[in-house]
Amino acid sequence: MAGSPHEGLPATAGPHTVLAYLIRRLFAVVIMVLVVLLATFTIFFMLPKWAGQDVAVLFAGKATGVEQLQGIRIKLGLDDPLLVQFWDFVKGIPMGRDYANGDDVTHCAAPCFGYSFRTEVPVWTTLKDALPVTGALAAGACVLWLLGGVATGVVSALRRGSIWDRAAMTTALAGVSLPIFFTGMVAMGLFVHSFGWVHIADNLSTDDGIGTWFQTLILPWIVLAFLNAAMYARLTRATMLEVLGEDYIRTARSKGLGEGTVITRHALRSAMTPILTVFGLDIGVLLGGAVLTESTFNLPGLGLAAVQAISNKDLPVILGVTLFAALAIAVANLVVDIMYAVIDPRVRLG
Amino acid sequence: MTELHKSGAALGEPSAGSPAPTAFLEVRDLKVHFPTDDGLVKSVDGLNFQLEKGKTLGIVGESGSGKSVTSLGIMGLHTAGQYGKRKAQVSGEIWLDGKELLSADPDEVRKLRGRDMAMIFQDPLSALHPYYTIGKQIVEAYRVHHSVDKKTARKRAVEMLDRVGIPQPDKRVDSYPHEFSGGMRQRAMIAMSLVNNPELLIADEPTTALDVTVQAQILDLIRDLQKEFGSAVIIITHDLGVVAELADDILVMYGGRCVERGPAEKVFYEPRHPYTWGLLGSMPRLDRDQTDRLIPVKGSPPSLINIPSGCAFNPRCPYADVPKDDVTRTVRPELQEVGSRHWAACHMSPEQRERIWTEEIAPKL
Repeated sequence: MAGSPHEGLPATAGPHTVLAYLIRRLFAVVIMVLVVLLATFTIFFMLPKWAGQDVAVLFAGKATGVEQLQGIRIKLGLDDPLLVQFWDFVKGIPMGRDYANGDDVTHCAAPCFGYSFRTEVPVWTTLKDALPVTGALAAGACVLWLLGGVATGVVSALRRGSIWDRAAMTTALAGVSLPIFFTGMVAMGLFVHSFGWVHIADNLSTDDGIGTWFQTLILPWIVLAFLNAAMYARLTRATMLEVLGEDYIRTARSKGLGEGTVITRHALRSAMTPILTVFGLDIGVLLGGAVLTESTFNLPGLGLAAVQAISNKDLPVILGVTLFAALAIAVANLVVDIMYAVIDPRVRLG
Repeated sequence: MTELHKSGAALGEPSAGSPAPTAFLEVRDLKVHFPTDDGLVKSVDGLNFQLEKGKTLGIVGESGSGKSVTSLGIMGLHTAGQYGKRKAQVSGEIWLDGKELLSADPDEVRKLRGRDMAMIFQDPLSALHPYYTIGKQIVEAYRVHHSVDKKTARKRAVEMLDRVGIPQPDKRVDSYPHEFSGGMRQRAMIAMSLVNNPELLIADEPTTALDVTVQAQILDLIRDLQKEFGSAVIIITHDLGVVAELADDILVMYGGRCVERGPAEKVFYEPRHPYTWGLLGSMPRLDRDQTDRLIPVKGSPPSLINIPSGCAFNPRCPYADVPKDDVTRTVRPELQEVGSRHWAACHMSPEQRERIWTEEIAPKL
C-alpha cells in the first residue's frame, strides 16, 4: 500500500489545545473587563472633573447642603489621587466597600456597584430587584425568537422565491423596521384593551399565581421576540443558502442521506455558528436591560431602572447599570467563544 | 458486425422506450439543462455510453464540457434537494443494473446512492464536513444503508481507513478533516465512498486538488480497490495522464456532447477527432524533445447557452474548412464508427482524418 506511515501526521486538538484556547479567551475577557472599568471610571469620575463640574454634586443627585456635599466628597475619596480612587472603585465590586467619613460609615456589601446617596440604598440592591424581571423577559423572548427566527429562516431558504419566502421576508423587514414602542403599543391596544385577551398585572411577581405572571410577560416576550426573530430569520436564511451550496452538503446527499438529515445535521449545524455569535451578544445586550420594551410595558427591569435613574439624575445607579450591562456583554462574549470551540473543531486550533 | 449494431443502438438516436440494456451501466441520450436568466444552459446535451462491471471509463474534457454535470446526473444529485423554482432539467435514461434511475421514485434512487453507486469528489477538504470527525462521517455513510449499532459501524470505519492506507486508523478515525493532509483526506473520502461496497464508483477529478507526489498514490489506490471490489469506475478528469493510467475506455466531451469514444489505446494512439488531437498536443510528455512547445487548443470553450451551430468545435478547429459546403458550420456531426468500438463525431472523412493524424499531428507529439 502506498503512503508513508508519517504522511500528514496530526496536529490533533487534544485537551491541551482546548484548555489553551479557553485560557486565552479568559485572559482576553479579563483585559476587556479592565478596559470597561477604566472607561466607566473615566466617564463618571474624570470627565466631569475636567469639564469643571463638582463630582460630589453630581453623585448627590439632589439639592444638598455644603456639609453633606463635603461628606460625599470624603466618602467617595474624591480628593484622593486618581489611581487610589480607581483602585477603590474596582476593589469594591468583588470585596465590598465602606464609604467612611470619620464615624459616619456607609457600608456597601460586595458586590458593590456604588451607593445611591439620593435613595440611600446600595446600587446593587436596585440591580438585584430589577434583574429577575429583565432575566425573565430575556429568557422568554430569546427562546421565542430563536425558534421562530431560525425556523422561518430555514423554511425560507429551502423555499427560496416562493410565496412563503416573500411573505416571511417582508414580515421580517417590517419586524426589523418597526420600533418596539410602536409594536408594543399596538399589541397592548389590541390584546389588552380591545379584545381583553390578556390581563396585565401592575407588578411582575409570581405572588398572584404563575398565570398572571405569564400573562404580564407574554406580550413583552412576543414584541421583543418579533423584532429579534425578524433579524434571525434573515440571518438564518442567508447563512443556510450559503451552506446549502457547500460541497459537503452534496457529499452528504451522495451518501444517500435523507433530506431531513442533510438539512438538520449537516446544513443547520454549520449555519448555527454565525447565529450563535449574534445570539450570545444579543443576550448580553438584553441582560443590560431592554430599555424600550421595559419602558413600553412598564416592567421594572434594569432598563426601566436606568431610565428612571437618568430622569432622577441618580448618577450612581446609572453608573451601576452601565457597568453591569458591560460586564454582561463581556461574559456573553466569553460564553460565545466557548460555544465556538464546542461547535467548530477548527476553532480549537486557532 | 453485431458489436457495431448493438453499440450503434446505444450511441445513435434517442432510444427511449427500447428494452432494458444488458450493460451494467447504460446512459442513453442524457440531457442536463439549467434554466438561467440568460437562457438555457445545455451542460449535457445528448450523451450515450455503457460501462461494464470491473471496467473503468475515463471522461475527459475541458472545464465546462459537462463532465461533472454528467456524474452528478448519474447520481441523481441535480434533482435531490433542489428547492428553488429553477430546477435542473434532466432527461434521457440511466440504467444501472437493470433499473432506470431517472423515472424511478426519488427515494429509491436515494437508497441506491452511497450503497450501489458512490462518488469521490475533487476537493476532499470542502467535500468533508468540517464539524464532524472522519469516523463519524464514515459511520453515518454506513449506517444509512445498514442497520447496525454504532460500535459495529465504527469498527467498519476503522477497517476501511486501514484498507485505504491511513496509519493508526483506530486513532485517526477520531480526527477531524482539517487535521489530515490533502492526500490523507482523499484517502478518507475514498474509504467513505467504498464503505458500502458500491458497484459503481464515480471519481470526479480525484487528484486535481492534490500534490503531484500524492496523485499517483491515490490513483494506485483506486486501481487496487477496483480490482479488489470489482466495481465499475467512472473517472472524470481533464488530465489525460490520469486516464492513461486507469481507463479501459475513454470518452472525450466537448460542449456537453461526446466527440470521441473508444478503448483507451485507440483514443491515445489513433484519435479521430481534431479536439482529441488538441488535447494530446497540449499534454506535456517526458519523451518529447524539450525544445518543442506544448500546442494549446486555440480559443476558449463554447458558451453552453449559444452552442455554435454545426460542429460545436468548429470555431476552434484548424480543419473546419476541410469538409465541403461549409457543412461544419451548419450540420451537427453524429458519432460514426471509425474502428472497432471506436466512434468519433467529425465531418471529415475517416481517410482524411487518418491522413492528417499520421502525417501532420502524430509526428509533432
